[in-house]
Amino acid sequence: MITKKTVDHLGWLARIKLTEEDKEKFTDQLNSILDYFEKLDEVDADVPPTHHVLGLTNVFRDDVAGQSISQEDALGNAPKKERGYFKGPRIV
Amino acid sequence: MNVDGIREMFQNGKSVEELVHSIFDKIEHSKLNAFVTLAKESALEEARRVDKHGAKGMLGGIPIGIKDSISTKGIQTTCCSKILEGYIPPYDAHVIERLKAEGAIIIGKTNMDEFAMGTSTETSCFGPTRNPWDLIRVPGGSSGGSAAAVAGGEVPLALGSDTGGSVRCPASFCGVVGLKPTYGLVSRYGLVAYANSLEQIGPFAGNVKDVALLLDVISGYDPRDSTSVTKKCEYLKELREDVSDVKIGVPGEFFGEGIDEKVEKAVWGGIKALEDRGASYTEISLPHTKYSLAAYYIIAMSEASSNLARFDGLRYGLRLGKDKDWHTTFSEIKAQGFGEEVKRRILLGTYALSAGYYGKYYLKALKVRTLIKRDFESALKDTNVLITPTMPFPAFKIGEKIGEPLALYLADVNTVPINLAGVPSISVPCGFAGKLPIGMQIIGRHFDEATILRTAYAFERGMK
Repeated sequence: MITKKTVDHLGWLARIKLTEEDKEKFTDQLNSILDYFEKLDEVDADVPPTHHVLGLTNVFRDDVAGQSISQEDALGNAPKKERGYFKGPRIV
Repeated sequence: MNVDGIREMFQNGKSVEELVHSIFDKIEHSKLNAFVTLAKESALEEARRVDKHGAKGMLGGIPIGIKDSISTKGIQTTCCSKILEGYIPPYDAHVIERLKAEGAIIIGKTNMDEFAMGTSTETSCFGPTRNPWDLIRVPGGSSGGSAAAVAGGEVPLALGSDTGGSVRCPASFCGVVGLKPTYGLVSRYGLVAYANSLEQIGPFAGNVKDVALLLDVISGYDPRDSTSVTKKCEYLKELREDVSDVKIGVPGEFFGEGIDEKVEKAVWGGIKALEDRGASYTEISLPHTKYSLAAYYIIAMSEASSNLARFDGLRYGLRLGKDKDWHTTFSEIKAQGFGEEVKRRILLGTYALSAGYYGKYYLKALKVRTLIKRDFESALKDTNVLITPTMPFPAFKIGEKIGEPLALYLADVNTVPINLAGVPSISVPCGFAGKLPIGMQIIGRHFDEATILRTAYAFERGMK
């Protein structure tokens, strides 16, 4: 069982501000979904995990410069920018 | 509307520009809400260019709709989320480059569940899409706009993406053909990631032949997707009606509890029809199927919680007025930009990956994934294809299930195992429940799209 406090912490970890109403609702819903996930406890899975199905490993390429988008295009969708940079919230 | 029919129209003197005009006219008067952004100017410009220089390429002058999760240079791409409102990609996805190279005409972006998280296309910030067969019902999801646009005769072809059934479910509900390729066959470069170890871009069309054609165009190696592989087949060329060598496996677990009787009957009818055409079938078992949904949702949500962290309003997307401190700024952007289902999945994914729970949820799900994948590999040793219902039931009503997240997740019971195993699968219409279409799912071996297309084609020809 997870509590409202856990949901509050998850919101903090995921950087999603939750209202009191959100927390109530998600606590109930997350619990019922997590209950369903308990089903996996039945399985004795003494096998290696599958991260992706093809089993490809270490796909390398040569380290050479290729084409990339221009600075203007890269900044084209930025809501806030300054002197050719993305502008974030103040840190200190 | 199909590709051969359109080519015939062109041969009989219809211009591409006229066709494209008539398509926009139809969409603008449509009740379906299948398209969320139209690319009128660029489509008409391209149409005039084709009229002037002739229809070149495998899709010369053929109109297509693109799911809003696939990046299109210069055309708004939002994943039907408020957080990406106004985002104009500065580059094309690999599949869009391929379509343009073959002369296709991009009509616009199609509706979807927000960030492809859904089974009904009801969580879109643009409002739900309606099922062309019954306007009070959902088209399925998450690529509901693409399927409805094809079923409603608005475009002959469309692209969707399939993470846990998002191409096959709407294909089934809307009575069109939709294919989820083998993981790695189609480059995901430019597809907005939801759960990248599971998803593939896939084609929709009104018939199997057009799906094979579109798959020919979009598949193939792309170095920008590190999981991309070289294809070894030309699908349209391989298409034939002969299924005398096809051995069908019918997994009992996919016909279990909760499957509508009419659906079960129609799919068995499909299997018998293929038997009449020379295929053979045996009943088989995929014993770990009952763990698929839990494993799928844990993996998909975990990957989503990591992937969707990038939507912070810094480089693109929603930004609120005055910035506050770092944490508050981002938390408020996500609170306002994401819809409820997206938040739910991010929170659950965050939980599944958090210290102390990683082994119980995420790692366990990945191990169960191994068992499910082995089930498929072993079943497909003695058979060439597996046949199941695509969805347990026909299209439900708008609003009917959206209030109960878990109930809606359970609808994906027959589609998610395929993504966990990474095998290819196609949904073809196989009958009706009243006026609502039913889809039959044909699953194949890794990279053996040719055989599932051929089986679907033989079945479709038999229906006509």
